[in-house]
Amino acid sequence: MPAPDDIVDRGFLEARGKLLEVAAFLDRAERYGRADDYRVAALKQAMRELCDAKQVGRAEAFLRAMSDPTSEPAPQAGKPAAGAWEPKG
Amino acid sequence: MRYIEPHAHMVSRVTDDYERLVLAGCRAVCEPAFWAGFDRSSPQGFYDYYLQLTEYEPRRAAKYHLPHFCWLCINPKEAEDVGFAREVMALIPEFLPKDNVLGIGEIGLNKNTRSELRILEEHIDLAAQHDQLILVHTPHLEDKLKGTRLILSALQSDSRIKPERVIIDHVEEHTVREVLDAGFWAGITLYPVSKCTPARAADILEMHGRERLWVNSACDWGPSDPLAVPKLAMELRARGFSEAELDDFLFKNPCRFLSQCDKFNVTE
Repeated sequence: MPAPDDIVDRGFLEARGKLLEVAAFLDRAERYGRADDYRVAALKQAMRELCDAKQVGRAEAFLRAMSDPTSEPAPQAGKPAAGAWEPKG
Repeated sequence: MRYIEPHAHMVSRVTDDYERLVLAGCRAVCEPAFWAGFDRSSPQGFYDYYLQLTEYEPRRAAKYHLPHFCWLCINPKEAEDVGFAREVMALIPEFLPKDNVLGIGEIGLNKNTRSELRILEEHIDLAAQHDQLILVHTPHLEDKLKGTRLILSALQSDSRIKPERVIIDHVEEHTVREVLDAGFWAGITLYPVSKCTPARAADILEMHGRERLWVNSACDWGPSDPLAVPKLAMELRARGFSEAELDDFLFKNPCRFLSQCDKFNVTE
């Protein structure tokens, strides 16, 4: 196993860059009047949850937060997957 | 380093990719039947595709001394029309005895619909009738968790299906544990944007171990990388994995699963 500091050295700049892209995306969505889009809202909610210091398994929690929570098969195919579940109504 | 590429859609790749795979240490490539990026208009289109998978692609790979194997099915995206899907499925038994056919796949779900589920169950029945291995596709993005659970339920409802003869592919952090705990094999797909990066795949290995896990590139007509598996090897080396551990995970693990089909014959 690599030393703990090495893990941060190897990943920090890449993670920083990706988070910066998320910040810029949220700004862009708001600037274009799409702050209420369910996908944008889902990202913001997920970011709040990821900042919880008690949160473990953040990647798993993020994916679960984006997932369709229902269990019954759909009557027919709807629109393509978007990356976040859109609550009906 | 040697490895198996257990899930690659080579019909979508240029011939140079076969050379690159071999240069990187690939010892065999396995190609599930999939959605070609457009809906085919007739069962005859699938018949030609099955010929391509069982005759043409093995010859193309053989020019680089790379064994080519395949899986057959109608993919879930084109299974929404149940009548059409059944016409296509009726063609499959003719191809199952071919030398490079490993089993039924990649079946599964796309939008988690009733029709897709019905055809999934009929594919499972087809595999059981012909004693075939099964390779399962799980949905992308927000549909994956629900789809994986529906798929597990369908497989577990058929008492003829042995979990150790089924691989459920495209697992991520939120689905891998349920698949492994149910006794099935799980596949991690390395794919830009959706599915897993090499770093996340290495995380999954660190947290869940490597038993009954394999990794693949699923390289196809979309943004994808046929050398994603050797790139994961680089990440694993940086995490401290030994060469023996890499060999066990990237070569021996897929061999353990695929060797359950007598036709999978790759020299050590």
